[in-house]
Amino acid sequence: MARAVTSQRKAINTVVAWAIGLLIFFPILWTILTSFKTEAQAIASPPIFLNFDWTLENYAVVQERSNYMRFLWNSVIIAGGSTLLGVLIAVPAAWSMAFVPSKRTKDILLWMLSTKMLPAVGVLYPIYLLFIQLGLLDSRAGLVIVIMLINLPIIVWMLYTYFREIPGEILEAARMDGATLREEIIYVLTPMAIPGIASTILLNFILAWNEAFWTLNLTAVNAAPLTAFIASYSSPEGLFFAKLSAASTMAIAPILILGWFSQKQLVRGLTFGAVK
Amino acid sequence: MGRITLEKVSKRFGDVEVIPPLDLEIDEGEFVVFVGPSGCGKSTLLRLIAGLEDVTSGKVVIDGEDATRVPPAKRGLAMVFQSYALYPHMTVRKNIAFPMRMAKIPEDEQKRRIEQAAAALNLTDYLDRRPGQLSGGQRQRVAIGRAIVREPAAFLFDEPLSNLDAALRVGMRLEISELHKRLETTMIYVTHDQVEAMTMADKIVVLRAGHIEQVGSPLELYHNPQNVFVAGFIGSPKMNLIEGEEAAKHNAHTIGIRPEHIDVSRDGGGVWSGRVGVAEHLGSDTFFHIHETGLAETITVRAPGEVQFKHGDQIGLTPRADLVHKFDAEGLRIV
Repeated sequence: MARAVTSQRKAINTVVAWAIGLLIFFPILWTILTSFKTEAQAIASPPIFLNFDWTLENYAVVQERSNYMRFLWNSVIIAGGSTLLGVLIAVPAAWSMAFVPSKRTKDILLWMLSTKMLPAVGVLYPIYLLFIQLGLLDSRAGLVIVIMLINLPIIVWMLYTYFREIPGEILEAARMDGATLREEIIYVLTPMAIPGIASTILLNFILAWNEAFWTLNLTAVNAAPLTAFIASYSSPEGLFFAKLSAASTMAIAPILILGWFSQKQLVRGLTFGAVK
Repeated sequence: MGRITLEKVSKRFGDVEVIPPLDLEIDEGEFVVFVGPSGCGKSTLLRLIAGLEDVTSGKVVIDGEDATRVPPAKRGLAMVFQSYALYPHMTVRKNIAFPMRMAKIPEDEQKRRIEQAAAALNLTDYLDRRPGQLSGGQRQRVAIGRAIVREPAAFLFDEPLSNLDAALRVGMRLEISELHKRLETTMIYVTHDQVEAMTMADKIVVLRAGHIEQVGSPLELYHNPQNVFVAGFIGSPKMNLIEGEEAAKHNAHTIGIRPEHIDVSRDGGGVWSGRVGVAEHLGSDTFFHIHETGLAETITVRAPGEVQFKHGDQIGLTPRADLVHKFDAEGLRIV
């Protein structure tokens, strides 16, 4: 029997859900609101919620001082490039782990995950030196590679989980039908795993977009993405809360919009395999 | 085309020997059924022929060529899986076309073969649907269609009917048999259902624990089972196996008599006697499960037509002497 849900209970659930949702969203909302205030109102005590003089001045100043489009373009290239490159490498890797596992497969998966437990700063020095040697410092190519590498374990893990849901007999059928390994992956495995691959791409795009440690440490001007754009407004020697908020809003807007339109896909991706 | 020879083929998974070295000859155009209880290695044997599993030792020879190291895609065999294994993201048409697409067969030839296969399998109206929108029987027909169009050297069927309901199973069984008559291509068919084996096969291979117990035509296996296992496995209802004093009278360790080879009589007549436990009236036949015979726990008898005995009745049994099978202590047939 289905559990009875009374309308009263439903109303309470709705209120609680909205309260939690707003609580989580509040910092972002506050940032967006602050971006429309003057610098003085931004630090007013007690804080002003909605009753302030709405202004677009901060946005104008930010755009005047720094070229938003250049940072945006760098972010798109770094996040997009690292994600696509990562998926290209991870699909065959996850295929072999899911469908022809060896005795060591579980160990390899754990080992890959363990690299995520290492503090990034621990390898900053060698990577920085390597980048100087290879001339990759402050280059988009260099960042694409580094961010691809740090996200690769997650991409492989996610794809591995999705691939495990695909019955091996279908791939065997493809083999019997004369498909080579490449054809099997392109025509059978990938189309069947599209929902999983899509949410993997989405999640990793967001992770790469928000990645700050490497983007801040390995770029200066040419390859600086939006994370560097925000950081340039957080200076200790002045009150620039409103401008910092405006810059932050501009930096998160693209990813927020992307997330909003793909939330169904994201949720499905994150709960994939929970119910068969 | 379609002659398959296994030479000393064996398979181990780790320390477990699933198939000890065995030899088997499958002739061109034959319908061969691998039958045996679950876990007997019949599916593994099929997968070794397909190339989906590597042999541990021995040779798989297809049409005179050593195919032991040839990948499944290049062996020229088609397989129908128990789970159908259709491509869920493709329409029926694309599913059937897939092997031809992989073989780079020209488009118009592909189209011709798809239409031909669809017509033969009653799929013409479903070509633009996806597998998810089809019933189990239709899905299995798509899987067969996908196998036919590539014109393989041999078809491999891995328990293709076990996911279907009983009525559909009988229908599909006939369709596959007719397909074999029409195509005259070698077919290797794995099943645990001895009725399927008996009705479809030219040649049955009975397997137990990876060993071939007997190879022969259905009627050879029925009339001359080489050992107790085959005697008990082939035939429905099962052969009655009797040990002890009664067997000793025939100078055997075990004697076997099929249910249809025992005559029943009333009022103390007959060689043996017992009490009817359950009587199953099918109209065409009547099955009796008889207890208290002093021979075995239950003796099953199949009497033709309607025979009126009921639970608790005393019944006389007379085995037909010339149809008693005799086996020695090792379970082997005594000639």
